[in-house]
Amino acid sequence: MLWTDFERSGRQVDPWRELERISRSLARAGAPSEREFPAANLWVASEGATATMEIAGMDAKDIDISVAGKSITVQASRRPEETKEDEQFHRRERWYGRFSRSLELPFNVDADKVKARYVNGVLSLDLPRAEAERPRKIEIKSE
Amino acid sequence: MPDTVKELEKKEAELQTGVERTRATKVYTPSVDIIERKDDNIVVADMPGVDEKSVDVTLEKNVLTIYGRVEPAIPENHRLVVSEYNIGDYQRVFTISDEIDREGIRASVNNGVLRLTLPKAEIVKTRKIEVTSRA
Repeated sequence: MLWTDFERSGRQVDPWRELERISRSLARAGAPSEREFPAANLWVASEGATATMEIAGMDAKDIDISVAGKSITVQASRRPEETKEDEQFHRRERWYGRFSRSLELPFNVDADKVKARYVNGVLSLDLPRAEAERPRKIEIKSE
Repeated sequence: MPDTVKELEKKEAELQTGVERTRATKVYTPSVDIIERKDDNIVVADMPGVDEKSVDVTLEKNVLTIYGRVEPAIPENHRLVVSEYNIGDYQRVFTISDEIDREGIRASVNNGVLRLTLPKAEIVKTRKIEVTSRA
């Protein structure tokens, strides 16, 4: 393991972030072949998260998104290209079929405020953190 | 659910030797379906993140190149905690035969899917010859 991140950032090391990074790399090392489909990216901030997936060629209305506590699930399907009798495939590389993909977030999601956009074949979900769990700034009173 | 997820991972496009890219992004090979129909060939390519303005289809001699530019959208003040795919441009190059009517090539993009129609030239279309009896 190479710890080049330390020097590069030059900042103080956030131990939680490090732990998270290590557990992630371990999880990945354990099951490299069991990649889920579709691939997802997840960004996290204090007030919420953004998840994106590349799922080209769908109708927005055919994508089902459900949120339960900390997990979100995206389900959709894509039909194969249709061919008539005298038509034939020379290449067939594009995926088709049904998928269900779940992502686990580090916090509970405010299900009512989830926003989903589907632009140019990229699904992006805005997942706000449940109000009760948001970090709060505590005022200090001096007496 | 597709069986071979490995096959579905984004593959980086190969670069010809001696050629360098001018954009500092990764370039991926889009998955394609190619279907031959009676009067034309259809090329369908998955290029999520691309719209009609960011895709170039060029034909030079026999070489048909599709190139899609993708601008990565990174949410502000967020940090990436799960990264299963990278964002980059798409490129794929095909050689086409003389049987294609070059003037008639059409392209459209919808929900990140590029669809090219390559009509067959008149000469290669199967034609039914009328048989007439001598008067």
